[in-house]
Amino acid sequence: MSISLSHLTKHYGKTHAVEDVSVEITHNSLTAILGPSGSGKSTLLKLISGLESPDTGTVTIDGEDMTHVDPRHRDIGFCFQNYAPFRHMNVAKNVAFGLKVRKRSSSEIETRVKELLALVRLEDKAKSFPSQLSGGERQRMALARALAIEPRVLLLDEPFGALDAVVRQELRQWVKELHAQMPVTTVLVTHDQQEAMEVADQLIVMRAGSVVQAGHPLALYESPATNFVHEFLGPSTMFLGEVTRPHDLELVSVYDGTAKGRIASIVSLGFEAQVTVELSDGTTTWVQLSRNELSKLGLRVALLVGVRRRADADF
Amino acid sequence: MATALDTQMPAPSRSSSRGPSGWRRLRSKLALPLLAGGGGALIVGYLSLIVLIPIAALVSHGFSLSVTTHGAGIEFWRWSVSIGWKTFWSAVTATGAKQAIILSLWLSLSVAAINAVMGVAIAWVLVRDNFFGKGLLEASIDLPFALPTIVAGVVLLAIYGVDSPIHVDLFETWMGLMLALLFVTLPFSVRAVQPVLASLDLESEAAARTLGAGGLRTFFTVILPSLWPAILGGFGLAFARAVGEFGSISLIAGGIGRTTTASYYIYNLTQGFLWTGAAAVSTALLLISLIILVTTNVLSRRFQKRTL
Amino acid sequence: MKGTHRLAIRGVVLVYLAILIGLPVVFLVVKAFQHGFGPFWSQITQPEALSALLLSVEVAAIAVPVNAIVGVGAAILIARHNFLGKRAFDTTFDIPVAVSPVILGVALVLAYSRIGWFGAPLARVGIMVLFSPLGITLATMAVSLPYVLRSIVPVLLEVGTEQEQAARTLGAGRLRSFFQVTLPSIRWAVMYGITLTIARTLGEFGAVLVVSGNISGRTQTLPIYIYDDWDQKFDVLGSYSDALILALMSVLVLGILAVLRKRERKLRVDLA
Repeated sequence: MSISLSHLTKHYGKTHAVEDVSVEITHNSLTAILGPSGSGKSTLLKLISGLESPDTGTVTIDGEDMTHVDPRHRDIGFCFQNYAPFRHMNVAKNVAFGLKVRKRSSSEIETRVKELLALVRLEDKAKSFPSQLSGGERQRMALARALAIEPRVLLLDEPFGALDAVVRQELRQWVKELHAQMPVTTVLVTHDQQEAMEVADQLIVMRAGSVVQAGHPLALYESPATNFVHEFLGPSTMFLGEVTRPHDLELVSVYDGTAKGRIASIVSLGFEAQVTVELSDGTTTWVQLSRNELSKLGLRVALLVGVRRRADADF
Repeated sequence: MATALDTQMPAPSRSSSRGPSGWRRLRSKLALPLLAGGGGALIVGYLSLIVLIPIAALVSHGFSLSVTTHGAGIEFWRWSVSIGWKTFWSAVTATGAKQAIILSLWLSLSVAAINAVMGVAIAWVLVRDNFFGKGLLEASIDLPFALPTIVAGVVLLAIYGVDSPIHVDLFETWMGLMLALLFVTLPFSVRAVQPVLASLDLESEAAARTLGAGGLRTFFTVILPSLWPAILGGFGLAFARAVGEFGSISLIAGGIGRTTTASYYIYNLTQGFLWTGAAAVSTALLLISLIILVTTNVLSRRFQKRTL
Repeated sequence: MKGTHRLAIRGVVLVYLAILIGLPVVFLVVKAFQHGFGPFWSQITQPEALSALLLSVEVAAIAVPVNAIVGVGAAILIARHNFLGKRAFDTTFDIPVAVSPVILGVALVLAYSRIGWFGAPLARVGIMVLFSPLGITLATMAVSLPYVLRSIVPVLLEVGTEQEQAARTLGAGRLRSFFQVTLPSIRWAVMYGITLTIARTLGEFGAVLVVSGNISGRTQTLPIYIYDDWDQKFDVLGSYSDALILALMSVLVLGILAVLRKRERKLRVDLA
């Protein structure tokens, strides 16, 4: 089900949470809305879900104008940042909730709940209560609950924000696999660019309520429209007045470089190294080298070097 | 993935869950404000019935308020309101009334002060100390709160009354009154301070100690300042409670003389059907309590701003 | 903290609490049974005592549900909505508790009895407020007003609206969302408030005393019965016995509250 947002605006008093946003989300895609906090991404998600109503603009899902339709009737699944579990119900009852609302038979509900719990690998926790689950398990339960009603759109509001790094990684992978298996138009909100890059096939970057750029993640990474996008999507440094990726720079002899300077510091991170260079024009830039390169070049602090763009760098 | 879900999702009958017709949509949009408004109106009606109207009637009778209409009733600009200041004032300054109010005030202030100190001590023991039977202590603090006030009176007189087993007779003495008030206000003083004490940052105390401060100094310079707003809050609550306390007093107070508190005095007036006087003194008491409450609120907020 | 200091404070506190609470409670039991169990039993089963108890229970049976429903409704309005006059609305609930019960009784009399504002019109319809169970019920409802509300509001604020939002996305309407999501999420707080309300309604004395008049043989709730036994009839054993019953009820109430607190805490495990 494709989603079409047209000129959406939402103000909370003086705050312009979402300002004239128009975006197309393709059918069955996994789209990530990426941006810093306060960029309006959560508000945009809530507008798609119907939990908030826009001041102006339209939300069209699968060709139907849903702008003023209650979330109950939009057939969307929503996962909250803090999972919003029904604390007084056990896992099975949580997952069954949407089905009960739709008045499915109890045998049908039982089967479906079992399927879903198996899907999210929580079969043995069916009778447990949310307070007895870990963060990752709660999020998986929330997903199962949202998927139970066979939504045409799945919305995830910073679903992995509250989890620790390892669990976050696992769940990220798992959502990607799940989406491959069971394609549903999915929209994920996050502030973690690595997450967005890993998981999404469509990326929407937001800042201060507006969409800055939208498209395929790699396209945005390689051809960022603005410095903001460039800096947000990956490591960046200033070189000769331009924002550049540190791994697009290389260190050469003083005569071969487009700029020269002294090495200020060398930080070895194991698999890569960051070399900071104070250039002759007074600016500082840093270059990312692989371990091999570092050992081959035999660098040390205060050495005079030249810096230039790599020949195979993407601009 | 362990199990592959059968991805043959049957096309469900979506028609029933899509956007409803315009009328149903309008109805569900109206439902909330109507429910909230209607419910709110009912609640306000209930509040008026049992609180607002009676208090208004009380104050109006207290000030012998009378509204006379000149001419047709609806032309309210022709109404004149007369306030019986003289009646109010004479009722409030009658010797019995004056004595009773003053007694209530100084009793309540002293009791609130004593329990402010003891409240901190008790909270300290409950939070920082540990010994056999502490659980019982913790539970007993709430007893005066849950106990009916008349029962509190009986309970205290069981040991401090006329046939006292330890020969301490506090019947019709101000000490007896004080004991009763200390009893009923204790939970307020303790529970106001206890949670604040429990959540205090132990690290700043440890820091003070490494800088050389002894136990007492640490208490006065580090702990007490953070407790002030809570202590003041507890003081205000205890004071308000003590001024209004009646049940436990009713058995200890004496008819005429030095042991009639304001609430008991008002009760006596009602027994003599002197309703206007009762209303007047009640109104005066209300005003005094209001002033004290506002003062302690303002003070406690000011102290709160100073602490982190 | 030095060992001696600690012991000193502990000692002072224990002595204070013994004088104030411990000894009196012990001697209540002693005095109630001072003539043995038989007289105690006959005191609490006296027909007057029993009908007083019955009246107390009947009044509570009206006051508690009303204040519970009002409390829940008002709590939702206060915690989830914003409207003009919300602060005043909120403060009104605190008035009965901040005011002496005797004053409340006087206020009710001056509003609804024959000497008050609405007494005459009410009497014409046959409604007697003074000296009647109706007046006692009104007084009891007033003094026990805010306990349910005050128990629920902080929990409503802490739980937040996310669960209800989730229910909405899953298709639930307002009614289902309220009964299956909102109410269960606050149920221990509601029970806590109701328990406090019950304790308050059974124990109310001052307001009821004023409203029920001073005719001996007046309509008596149990607290008034205890007072009359002591003050008018000088039947201290009767007072001690029935006071003990009410005291036991209070202890039971405290126990229930402690259990409810634990249950609530279990549900509230940090869900960050």
